[in-house]
Amino acid sequence: MKRLLVALILSVLLIGCTASQGGAPAASNKLQLKGSDTELQMFAALAEEFKKTNADVDITVTGGGSGTGIAALINGEIDIADSSRPMKPEEIEKAKVNGIEPVEFIIARDGLAVIVHPDNPVGELTRAQVADIYTGKITNWKDVGGNDDAITLYGRQSTSGTYVYFRDTVLKADYASTMRNMEGTSAIVDAVQADKTGIGYVGIGYLTPEVKALTLEGQNPTDKAAVASGAYVLTRPLFQYTKGVPAKNGPTHKLMLFQLSAPGQKVVESTGFLQVTSADAAANEKQLARIG
Amino acid sequence: MSDTLSEKAYLTLVALSAVSALGILLAVILFLFAFGGSALSADFIFNNWNHQHIEQAGVLQAIVGTLALAVGVFAVSVPIGVASAIYLTEYARSTWSVRLIRLAIRNLAGVPSIVYGLFGLALFVQLLALGTSLLAAILTLSAMTLPWIISAGEESLKTVPLAYRQGALALGATPWQTIRHIVLPQSLSGMMTGAILGVSRAIGETAPLILVGATFFMNGLPTGPLDKFMALPYHTFILATQHADPHAKSYAAATAIVLIGLVLMVNGVIFYYRYKIRKKTLGEIR
Amino acid sequence: MKISEKHIRIFFQANGILSVLVLAGIFGFLLINAIGAFQTITLGEFFGTTWNPTSYVQPQWGILGLLVGTLLVVAAALLIAVPLGLFTGLYLSNLASPRVREVLKPAVELIASIPSVVLGLVALLVLSPLVASLFGLTNGLNALTAALIVAVMVLPTIASLSEDVFSAVPDAYRQGGLALGATRWQVLRRVILPSSLSGIFAATMLGLGRAVGETIAVLMVAGNALAFPHGLLDPVRPLTANIAIEIKEVVTGSTHYQALFAMGLVLFIITMAFNVLAELVLQRHMKRLGA
Repeated sequence: MKRLLVALILSVLLIGCTASQGGAPAASNKLQLKGSDTELQMFAALAEEFKKTNADVDITVTGGGSGTGIAALINGEIDIADSSRPMKPEEIEKAKVNGIEPVEFIIARDGLAVIVHPDNPVGELTRAQVADIYTGKITNWKDVGGNDDAITLYGRQSTSGTYVYFRDTVLKADYASTMRNMEGTSAIVDAVQADKTGIGYVGIGYLTPEVKALTLEGQNPTDKAAVASGAYVLTRPLFQYTKGVPAKNGPTHKLMLFQLSAPGQKVVESTGFLQVTSADAAANEKQLARIG
Repeated sequence: MSDTLSEKAYLTLVALSAVSALGILLAVILFLFAFGGSALSADFIFNNWNHQHIEQAGVLQAIVGTLALAVGVFAVSVPIGVASAIYLTEYARSTWSVRLIRLAIRNLAGVPSIVYGLFGLALFVQLLALGTSLLAAILTLSAMTLPWIISAGEESLKTVPLAYRQGALALGATPWQTIRHIVLPQSLSGMMTGAILGVSRAIGETAPLILVGATFFMNGLPTGPLDKFMALPYHTFILATQHADPHAKSYAAATAIVLIGLVLMVNGVIFYYRYKIRKKTLGEIR
Repeated sequence: MKISEKHIRIFFQANGILSVLVLAGIFGFLLINAIGAFQTITLGEFFGTTWNPTSYVQPQWGILGLLVGTLLVVAAALLIAVPLGLFTGLYLSNLASPRVREVLKPAVELIASIPSVVLGLVALLVLSPLVASLFGLTNGLNALTAALIVAVMVLPTIASLSEDVFSAVPDAYRQGGLALGATRWQVLRRVILPSSLSGIFAATMLGLGRAVGETIAVLMVAGNALAFPHGLLDPVRPLTANIAIEIKEVVTGSTHYQALFAMGLVLFIITMAFNVLAELVLQRHMKRLGA
């Protein structure tokens, strides 16, 4: 019986190995990406597309939040950190102390939508109102023109770049402690879609018909032009930080070129984000020039 | 009259509570199939993970990763665990050392899985610089499984009658010869079933994997012990809480079905094997 | 060099000592980092009520809110699992026919084999909406939902240990009761249960330890808010879930990293205390019964 079990295990392993021959290169080209959950879908999709023309590069993508990726980069554990917020000066310092220079690239643009349940009569808020809601100063929907219901706050966890970006840009203070820290963006969407009194913040790539995106300062995030031009207040760049200047023609260099190319940016769009602006592209060119 | 009524009532209450355990088990399985049954297919089991087209995605890599973990944990924890069990039952003379070791084992069995994760992170990932890899995960999960293997080993060794050992020693055999030729062969199958059960628990763990290593997306299969890997529990967890696709939850349930299927299959085989052994030995005694 | 008996003995002894080393290692890493944490964080701060290490304003390191969250979940879970587990153990040891036993006992053990992520998923998909609609809440991620699923996880532990305890009651006690004309229930209630009290206590302690240590299932359904909880229907962030959430974002060696290890140390001490207590009480109990 033991022999049966051993045989079973070995055969599954063998099947597994042969079945994915196309995807199991004897490559020494391995790239590890880690970080933003917001960008996880996008980078996984980009990695998949990239693989079609670069079968010898092995890419693994893990989520956990921008903070996770940045910490891993500082710890020297990964090649590229995906981050939906810029690295803080202290973090860059820590990396340098460890002998790592984070090199910043902008891969996409994102809008951050504030969402509520579709049945919520409130359709528009000012930036100040959103801040007051999330810091706990406003606790009832009736104070912003809605029903007499207590507001249920949904947000990300402190590992999330989105959490940090939203706090540092909109609140400029700590979140109310009653905010439920959801595991990931889709958890926020699920929660708000089921909760008539809920409010949440998510990247526009995660918007579904089951939730309503609020208009902020006269602009709605579903208006792609408004987000692309920056007219919508909550637009932000999405970053990747590489472990030092990428080696010329190395896997990181190739991946970066692909991601910033036209086909790559098309993949970016297909996952719900926006292409980089010309200003972003210029900044990227400067970094790429360092590769020589 | 009211006595018999309340008697019946109490006994029924007790019986119902007990049966609720069975009910819970069935409910869990039913719910999983309700949510995830539609996502199950041969493709699901044998395809690689496909991020952009989740309908074509399969969990093969996670299955392979989980099996690799199982084999690794078995290879590391069983020799050490069996050797420890042998020490405790065959060799240890000083009650002091035996009590210390038993105390350690009891406590290890009760340590929360997240604390094992912290231990694995500090020791294997960072201090020994293995990084978040298959090997780090194997070593961490082996530390978790060790107490279980030792207990199962001890139980099994104790079933060998003292008379066998004494007989061997009386005939002039050394302790090692006794173990090697008499005790081990007798208790080996019991130890192996206990070990396999212990390993099947280890592969269901998620918390340590969050810290020491599984990944959600990769292109192929791990080619070496220091590689990244995918694993069924971690995959289920991410699908349930973080994936954006509207079908993600049903895929999470489907992945859970594969995982629980694996665990139940192992348990079922072990259970059947033990049942047959029990029948055989009982038959022999008569 | 010939491998002598002595060498073999030392080999086995070394393996035996390994478990002690692992335990010492776990404790060691936790302690070293905890000490590091306390260079920056005072004990008073650590036992404060608010935990917010990444605060915009000022990092706060108080674990009390998280600890209360753990306690709420654990207490509620045991309130459900202990009676259920005891009755199951009672049934299995005294009332069930051998055929029923053949089915029920493995079923209970099988629940213990279900991976916690799977139970967490079922709680997320089924229990959470159920609790939300039962209590008129807008969201079912709270201490109660977590407690329900933890109860399911702890049930097999309590059931199997209490079954052992009830089976250990000498037959003479039961037969004596029946001979004096007592009914089955009366024997259970007035003979078996009272003579098993400390065994039941041990089973509860063991269940407590297991419940405190549960990570993944509570992570998925407890709500994870940082606010100090006021009741079972509030979202809570138990210590285990907090470590799992934040450990991924900390830089090795930072104060936050060390503080999480200090939290791990608290967990380690709590679970160890419950386990050792259970072990001691159980040993004494079994000795007394002459089992």
